[in-house]
Amino acid sequence: MTVLSLARRSLWNRRGTAALVVCSVALSVALLLGVERLRTEARESFANTLSGVDLIVGARSGPINLLLYSVFRLGDPVNNVSWASYERIAEHPQVAWTVPLSLGDSLRGFPVLGTTQAYFTHYRYGRDQSLALARGEIFDGIFDAVLGAEVARRLGYDLGDEIVLAHGTGAVSLTQHDDKPFRVVGVLERTGTPVDNTVHISLEGMEAIHVDWRGGAPIPGLSISAERVQSMDLTPDSITAVMVGLTSRRAVFQVQRQINTDRDEALMAIMPGLTLQQLWDLMRVGENALLAVSALVMLVALTVMLTALLTGLNERRREMALLRALGARPWQIFALIIGESLLLSILGALLGVVLLQGLALGASGWLSGQLGLTVTLWPPTLHEMKILAILFAGGILVGLWPAWRAYRNALTDGMAIRM
Amino acid sequence: MTAPVLSLTDVTFRWQSGLPDVLSVPAFQMQPGERVFLAGPSGSGKSTLLSLVAGIATPRTGHIQVLGQPLSQMRGSARDRFRADQLGIIFQMFNLLPYLPVLQNVLLPCRFSRARRARAIARDGSVEAQARRLLGALGLDADDLLRRPVTALSVGQQQRVAAARALMGAPALVIADEPTSALDADRRLEFVDLLSSECDASGAALLFVSHDQTLASHFPRRLSLLDINQADAQSGSGVTP
Ligand SMILES: Nc1ncnc2c1ncn2[C@@H]1O[C@H](COP(=O)(O)OP(=O)(O)OP(=O)(O)O)[C@@H](O)[C@H]1O
Ligand SMILES: [Mg+2]
Repeated sequence: MTVLSLARRSLWNRRGTAALVVCSVALSVALLLGVERLRTEARESFANTLSGVDLIVGARSGPINLLLYSVFRLGDPVNNVSWASYERIAEHPQVAWTVPLSLGDSLRGFPVLGTTQAYFTHYRYGRDQSLALARGEIFDGIFDAVLGAEVARRLGYDLGDEIVLAHGTGAVSLTQHDDKPFRVVGVLERTGTPVDNTVHISLEGMEAIHVDWRGGAPIPGLSISAERVQSMDLTPDSITAVMVGLTSRRAVFQVQRQINTDRDEALMAIMPGLTLQQLWDLMRVGENALLAVSALVMLVALTVMLTALLTGLNERRREMALLRALGARPWQIFALIIGESLLLSILGALLGVVLLQGLALGASGWLSGQLGLTVTLWPPTLHEMKILAILFAGGILVGLWPAWRAYRNALTDGMAIRM
Repeated sequence: MTAPVLSLTDVTFRWQSGLPDVLSVPAFQMQPGERVFLAGPSGSGKSTLLSLVAGIATPRTGHIQVLGQPLSQMRGSARDRFRADQLGIIFQMFNLLPYLPVLQNVLLPCRFSRARRARAIARDGSVEAQARRLLGALGLDADDLLRRPVTALSVGQQQRVAAARALMGAPALVIADEPTSALDADRRLEFVDLLSSECDASGAALLFVSHDQTLASHFPRRLSLLDINQADAQSGSGVTP
């Protein structure tokens, strides 16, 4: 006990260096746990980019391709889904609801999605959250548009503004649909999903701007005005993809198989959660790199500790010799150093957890707003406990060498107090 | 006749196997309460001898007895305990733990040894009272000085604090390794006299190592390590028995 209280005072006497070591351990712990938390959180929120949808149906291609263009508006579909097929799917007895998706146009680089009002009822993201309007309302008229939060912010549009959509999805756009401008009637809350980047219009609106087009270009000499188009039948011939909700989740494999083997049209149905998971797995490399970097940071922190202990050892050589002269055992000298390194790692870990907690509390608003991430910190997960355990083991390991040296010194220094 | 406080018989020691012996002492004894001045050229093995006496190093052959106890045959931990109970040690410099105030430094031996604690309480009522008595006898009694950090003390004051610490709890033997070499000439004599009279007062034997011959006259018994050491490591002839 004597040695312990002396060790405490000795450490307090060197509190400047000790504080630096604790801080470097704390920072590395905060970084490692933070990265770990964000990683799991990001994976989870990514997997929940779209939830509550049982199947997505599109033209037959690869599942990831279908997911990319239908949910993330990336890339182009190889083919469309005919309206007849859409109706057949919608009438399937085990299908509770369908939401048609029609893509292909853009607003200054942001994708335009033609859909129905059902989209806003059925779309779910994160932990079963629905889309919510920041202001305005959902589209009702043919030329109404609802903007994602990011579109509104970046382009500076607000309720009542007129927007002109462009044909195609390039940022430097090609032909403008300037004969039929749209009006912003609603702006959505931020979700942290691709919805934020999307301009939502009705399926009829999408059809309306294309009635006098064929094959990606206006039909020469034919121009149908915005007024006249209102009275026309605006049911599209085809759409890009369909989101499907089933009456019972258990039917999902059966319905998927039926769609995949449809004889009238080459269709494909995917389960979005599963495919999102596959997509995430493609990004595993980046995830691992991130983890590797934070592991390295922890290594650096332990090295800092080792350096501090070894330098401290030279200063403390006479302290050790004195303690020996007073009757301290060699193993007590050994324990002194190991104990110190363990104490420094524990303090560092605690401070790191507190630091991260503080950061998470401070940044949680921003995180959920900007990235759609909800970061909860306590209690730590089993995995995080493991990380902390590894740190403590590392702390002991790092203390081992200086402790052994101090032990050797204690045995061989004899009476001389060496500097 | 009482047992000698220190007795070395046929002791040999070398720091590493393969190196020649630093020490080879056929016989050396100190009686209880005796004060011995031990001189010897630099590198002759004075500090090494003290390491052996303190039980920090163990002899290759031979026997060392302190208070009749065979130090050289004890297990490591028993030696550590014995050292804590029976020996007071004063180094050349840096005797004090920099993070403890003066009084706490003096009390250290009583933290490591119950026996010394008990003896201090028996003599003066409490360990603190004994510390104050010893410090006072060594000319350090100002209250503010006792609470000061040791780093705020002069070297001479530090050595006197170290002497007080070595004497706490009446050890049988005090060993001092050139405790005056960091002091100036008149301080040295003063220190030796204070240390001597306090050793006499508590009945401790004193083995005082120094190569300052001006101090020798203050000791009833004086000898050179060369007189008791037969090892010839210094001549470089590489004697290996
Ligand atoms: N820890 C050690 N390891 C190896 N050799 C040592 C060690 N300590 C001392 N020696 C060697 O033992 C011999 C005696 O050293 P020692 O320190 O006992 O001399 P000394 O008489 O105290 O000298 P000084 O008067 O300079 O203090 C020297 O040759 C020294 O090199
Ligand atoms: Mg010496």
